[in-house]
Amino acid sequence: MTAEWMGYDWQPLLLTFKLAALTTLILCLIGIPFAWWMAHTRVRFKPVLEALVSMPLVLPPSVLGFYLLLAFSPQGAVGHFIESFIGLKLAFSFAGLVVASVIFSFPFMVHPVQSGFQSLPPSLSEAAYTLGKSRWQTFVRVLLPNIKPSLLAGVVLSFAHTIGEFGVVMMIGGNLPGETKVAAIAIYDEVESLNYAAANFYALVLFSVCFAILLAVYLLNRRMMMRVG
Amino acid sequence: MIQLDIRKKLLSAQGEFQLDVQLEIAQGEFITLFGQSGAGKTTLLRCLAGLAAPDAGYIKVKGEVWFDGAARVALPAQQRRASYMFQDYALFPNMSVRGNLEFALRPGASHKRVDELLEMMGLGELQQRKPDTLSGGQKQRVALARALAAEPRLLLLDEPFSALDHATRVRLQDEVLRLQRHFGLTTVMVSHDISEVYKLSQRVVVIEQGCISQQGGPAEVFKAGVSSGKFSFAGEVLAIETADVAFAVTLLVGNQIVRVIASADEARHLKQGDRVMLMSKAFNPMLVAVGHTDA
Repeated sequence: MTAEWMGYDWQPLLLTFKLAALTTLILCLIGIPFAWWMAHTRVRFKPVLEALVSMPLVLPPSVLGFYLLLAFSPQGAVGHFIESFIGLKLAFSFAGLVVASVIFSFPFMVHPVQSGFQSLPPSLSEAAYTLGKSRWQTFVRVLLPNIKPSLLAGVVLSFAHTIGEFGVVMMIGGNLPGETKVAAIAIYDEVESLNYAAANFYALVLFSVCFAILLAVYLLNRRMMMRVG
Repeated sequence: MIQLDIRKKLLSAQGEFQLDVQLEIAQGEFITLFGQSGAGKTTLLRCLAGLAAPDAGYIKVKGEVWFDGAARVALPAQQRRASYMFQDYALFPNMSVRGNLEFALRPGASHKRVDELLEMMGLGELQQRKPDTLSGGQKQRVALARALAAEPRLLLLDEPFSALDHATRVRLQDEVLRLQRHFGLTTVMVSHDISEVYKLSQRVVVIEQGCISQQGGPAEVFKAGVSSGKFSFAGEVLAIETADVAFAVTLLVGNQIVRVIASADEARHLKQGDRVMLMSKAFNPMLVAVGHTDA
């Protein structure tokens, strides 16, 4: 399947945004509850968890990619288990990219949301509890609506960071058109074959989209701040 | 009728101590827990609300067990129907005044109750406003209305007036009293403001270092200090200056700054930030009327 338009192959770009959207969605589902738990838990190994969550911020992506490749390999225990029980091939596949991206962008969702939860006074949840509301009702109707700027930051940073991913994709995805060849890889590919025009096209689109997203967030945040202040 | 007998280990700046309280509260009674900060008053209130768990003992309300350390029973806060009014009011910033009250309604309760409460508290005009845009006194009224919207069996007030100016405070105290009588609500308040305690409570329970040191009607409890012929005020040392043979000590008492003379002997044991008791024989006090408070 190719998506030719204006003389360029749009497929890598579409794949990039599909990957970013799916990753962000999954991160919302697991990252937000995890951030809430991290904000309130008093387990002794919390610093260990915090360090693990932050690892993708400092590790070279190739390190993470290398270990994920070993784990995903059908010869490895994890890869074998997933392939034979769920029927999902993770190495050199789109599904593998999603899993890797979720791990790689995890801190970008968890950090802003966790600090959002921590900035709320505990009396808010306690007031809701004494008014007879369950933890779930309190979470959905009191906590989440009051950390909207943090949620927005988490969603946007995860999305943008997934778009900007290169090293991990390179290690575990390779370069399969329509499957794992995202825009960042396509740029590298085009430059290697001295096709600068196409490289410039992908680069410019990524640049513009990322700039537009971040600009929108800062504008929106300023409006929210003004409404509160 | 509430019966409680609880123990809980507490940590304070002065070290570890034990909250150890036995108390009975009658239906419809307005009772105040009075004492210094860090004496365990708020913890006791939180144990009643189900926001903190005692280490041992029991809490029974009208024969229903809310907490029993031996039987490992602890009714969650959600099921106690004990409305708690927080010092910071804890209004939900994302909801309007009306939204805050509606959130507090019990499942299936009529929204008429919200209208009634808004009217009763004079909040009709403000009902669409967000809490952030309200003044301290308005927030306090919303918090009280919200606490009542939940049809509580027990009302818990944690220093409800501490953040308000004097005039607003007096007006809201009247309002609390009126509503408490109107609904016949058993109410427990935490306070260290004597005038407020005097005005509102039927019974005062003085808590010191986690234990009840005294209890009774407000007149009875606060008379004790006077009958000994002494005034005593708790204060904090702001500065110590040498003035020839004596020392001038500047103290913060309540929200007033007072300068007193201390001997070298007294001053030697004091340093900035110390908490002190300022005492005087009541042989020559001056009383000057400064105006009336309208009820």
